[in-house]
Amino acid sequence: MNYLIGAFKPSCHISITFTDAKNRKQVQLKKENGQTVMVPLFQSQENIAGKISIDPIQGKKVEHNGVKVELLGQIEMYFDRGNFYDFTSLVRELDVPGEIYERKTYPFEFSTVEMPYETYNGVNVRLRYVLKVTISRGYAGSIVEYQDFVVRNYSPPPSINNSIKMEVGIEDCLHIEFEYNKSKYHLKDVIIGKIYFLLVRIKIKNMDLEIRRRESTGSGANTHVETETLAKFELMDGAPVRGESIPIRLFLSPYELTPTHRNINNKFSVKYYLNLVLVDEEDRRYFKQQEITIYRLQETS
Amino acid sequence: MLVGNGIEDEEKWLAEGIAGIQHHAFYMHRALDANNLRETLKYSAQMLSELRTSKLSPHKYYELYMRAFDELRKLEMFFKEESKHGVSIVDLYELVQHAGNILPRLYLLCTVGSVYIKSKEAPARDVLKDLVEMCRGVQHPIRGLFLRSYLAQVSRDKLPDLGSEYEGDADTVVDAVDFVLQNFTEMNKLWVRMHYQGPGQIREKREKERSELRDLVGKNLHVLGQIEGVDLEMYKGTVLPRVLEQVVNCKDELAQYYLMDCIIQVFPDEYHLQTLETLLGAFPQLQPTVDIKTVLSRLMDRLSNYAASSIEVLPEFLQVEAFAKLSNAIGRVIETQVDMPIVGVIALYVSLLTFTLRVHPERLDYVDQVLGACVKKLSGKPKLEDNRATKQVVALLTAPLEKYNDIVTALTLSNYPRVMDCLDNGTNKAMAMVIIQSIMNNNTCISTADKVEVLFELIKGLIKDLDGTSVDELDEEDFKDEQNSVARLIHMLYNDDPEEMLKIIYTVKKHIMSGGPQRLPFTVPPLIFSALRYVGYGLQLVRRLQCQDGDVVGEEVPATPKQIFQLLNQTIDALSSVSSPELALRLYLQCAEAAGACDLEPIAYEFFTQAFVLYEEEIADSKAQVTAIHLIIGTLQRMNVFGVENRDTLTHKATGYSAKLLKKPDQCRAVYACSHLFWVDDQDGIKDGERVLLCLKRALRIANAAQQMIAVTRGRSGPVTLFVEILNKYLYFFEKGNPQITTDAIGGLVELITTEMQSDSTTVASDAFFSSTVRYIQFQKEKGGALGEKYASIKV
Repeated sequence: MNYLIGAFKPSCHISITFTDAKNRKQVQLKKENGQTVMVPLFQSQENIAGKISIDPIQGKKVEHNGVKVELLGQIEMYFDRGNFYDFTSLVRELDVPGEIYERKTYPFEFSTVEMPYETYNGVNVRLRYVLKVTISRGYAGSIVEYQDFVVRNYSPPPSINNSIKMEVGIEDCLHIEFEYNKSKYHLKDVIIGKIYFLLVRIKIKNMDLEIRRRESTGSGANTHVETETLAKFELMDGAPVRGESIPIRLFLSPYELTPTHRNINNKFSVKYYLNLVLVDEEDRRYFKQQEITIYRLQETS
Repeated sequence: MLVGNGIEDEEKWLAEGIAGIQHHAFYMHRALDANNLRETLKYSAQMLSELRTSKLSPHKYYELYMRAFDELRKLEMFFKEESKHGVSIVDLYELVQHAGNILPRLYLLCTVGSVYIKSKEAPARDVLKDLVEMCRGVQHPIRGLFLRSYLAQVSRDKLPDLGSEYEGDADTVVDAVDFVLQNFTEMNKLWVRMHYQGPGQIREKREKERSELRDLVGKNLHVLGQIEGVDLEMYKGTVLPRVLEQVVNCKDELAQYYLMDCIIQVFPDEYHLQTLETLLGAFPQLQPTVDIKTVLSRLMDRLSNYAASSIEVLPEFLQVEAFAKLSNAIGRVIETQVDMPIVGVIALYVSLLTFTLRVHPERLDYVDQVLGACVKKLSGKPKLEDNRATKQVVALLTAPLEKYNDIVTALTLSNYPRVMDCLDNGTNKAMAMVIIQSIMNNNTCISTADKVEVLFELIKGLIKDLDGTSVDELDEEDFKDEQNSVARLIHMLYNDDPEEMLKIIYTVKKHIMSGGPQRLPFTVPPLIFSALRYVGYGLQLVRRLQCQDGDVVGEEVPATPKQIFQLLNQTIDALSSVSSPELALRLYLQCAEAAGACDLEPIAYEFFTQAFVLYEEEIADSKAQVTAIHLIIGTLQRMNVFGVENRDTLTHKATGYSAKLLKKPDQCRAVYACSHLFWVDDQDGIKDGERVLLCLKRALRIANAAQQMIAVTRGRSGPVTLFVEILNKYLYFFEKGNPQITTDAIGGLVELITTEMQSDSTTVASDAFFSSTVRYIQFQKEKGGALGEKYASIKV
């Protein structure tokens, strides 16, 4: 098949480099084929600048109707694969139509780009940012090159962060009061809390705290909800008695969480829940789910 | 079958568990060698997951735990060396908390925590507090107990105790105590909870398992006891109240019993002494089924040992009023625990009594108080039926006896007899025997009438028939033993002061007279002799006084011997009326002799009269008659108080009765014995040779008649023994110089015997007797001297 590849081989090589590539932090990004690559990390309002060089293959020239670079913010629904919805689209024309004989470099810059949404890789939806270089050609089809990058947006600690405190129960069977110290946690936070047993008439075997992610996509009748359990953390072993209080201390750092996303461009939302699960000796489950907000705190390193 | 399977299965599960631990430990070791922290944590958590099993009994679980424990030691070593894993201890402390399962997570946390404290990067207090708090997550009793026991184990040498390297500005001994107390409280809760879990039918088994685990809980108290910084102040203010609170609130029989015992054993004696009130205050609040008596007894034992250890601590006991407090506490416990069996109640009093005897031996009022309290509890109830309770009462009564070795002390305890009243008859008797034994062993002399009164009150079970005892059920041998003991006891009642002694005698008499026909034969003789001894003593006294001053005759003697003899007369009379005539007769004679010694002729005569009356009316058995008549003769012979007339009457009577005995030989012997009545070998004794001869001749006639009777009935002549005996009497009087006994008479008698012997040569015995007698005569002849000359004329 080598000759076939040779036949469709693009006649030039396009490379995209960022200006501050050496200093910029790189993060992992999972690609569609499952491989992870390291890509640069940006946040909203940053300048995205760099160079694009087009290097024709030896002895060939590239005729074109113009060269442009686009910065795209795309949302891709998996049930509608391949169909991207661009919520952000910026274009820089790099060259007028003409021919390229030898390596040619174009600087580019998008300044203070508004990138309100974070890169997200979910079960049913993907949000990505990409630089797209297009060498437009009439008959032979355009030559296109993509460069992914990741956007993460940091939030300041919330000014109001109440604890979650609640009394729940099944009449004459089980009454508990639980408390989580906050309702909003950052990604490396620790959930501190306690569960207080007011009434225990069932034989509890153990108690877990789960972190669940609920990703809902689409809207209206087409809403698609996917729930994943990201963490299952055993809080208690054995049956407590009335009056017992069980401490909670759950470090979030080991889990792959993202910030909570509410209604991203009317396309999807990602929410997090703490699910307190009690299991009795007959393996019946009693649970109470509470939403928590997860945000990304600027790392101070 | 089911059980068998259960055990087999358990073995299997244990083996699987151990295999699992070994398997994961292997990988953990590899990771340790490679300094790979991530892998180490992963495999150690997997290894510890084996401890999550619910299938094993505590015993087997312990085996599994110990395996894991050993592995955790290696892990701890690894954690200590930051250079190996490159993670700071603070981060490590967080890292291990990422484990999803709680049990492995907490084991790892405790392990890292101990390293953390050692590193001193955080105050020990904070780490300890965090660990003990986090451990709450394990609510399963067995797993929780072992986890917390692990925590206690690894933290034990890292408590911020006084003088420990972990003590600092922030960390004080208070924190150490708080930590241990909290861990203790939680462990106890788990332990108690075991009781309520699982189906009811295996409860017994589970209680057994629980008690196997008790040392895990108790170890905390042990640690507390070893914390240097726990001084009296802190013990009083913090440790004890909190431990007791937990003990009381857990409302669990097994736990309360064990923990109270632990407290008592673990902490020093002086602390107990100083906190007695608090400690004792907890007892009434315990569950009614708790074996309080054992615990309290141990406490009292400890305290008494402490008191015994050094004389210097005794003031402390007085200062804190230990006795009053213990006594009150016991009272309250008994009040609150209505269902406590009576045996428990008494056992408590026994312990208190032991304590009192050891700590306050001089305070008899305390002892009496204890007995009084016991009586109060026992009174109004039917007599004790419970065997064990009875034993306890006996112990209660024996303790003072053993301590003081002196019944006199016990006699001053007013409640002592009242306690004895609570015993059933059999035990009461046994106890009375113990008392008597004690008196005998210590040779105690009971010297006042009051004490005698009390003593008889104590041993009244032996003295008289108590209500409800039928005579049939008495074992004869036991009865004899008992009564013999009483008889011995009577001899111990003695006082040199005649007045008091008289009172004693009256008291004794009063009591023994109520004893009934069966006892009198045993108890009267000692009384009589005791009284006679008194009379003898009084006599000496009179004589002494007479020597000093002739006038004061009898004035100093409060009761004249007459009165005594009257008393004795009545007493013996009572005896004779209850079909012991022979004994009564002997006693009459004894008294007569004693009266004679006192120069009281009429009284002596009266006694003799009584003796004769008895002989006539009551003694029918011929053998008994023989014995009696010999006794009468013997006594009469010795007495020289009688005037001629009285003596004549009496001797005449005696001789008369002698001749009226049934068998001829008996007649003969009695008659020749009577001969002594007329010849008293004293300086001023009567010497009526004629009547002696008369008696002897009469005896000879009777002997002859006897011989003839034999000849008639059997066709041959009988033995000559009687003759030989009479011959001996002849010789006796001959030697004593009775002029009526002539050598001719002796010679005739010898000849007679020789003749008789020729006609009958059957009996060797009389033959030997005779030849000895003859040899004696020969010997006297050859010896010469005055006697020899007298003998010379006897022809043999």
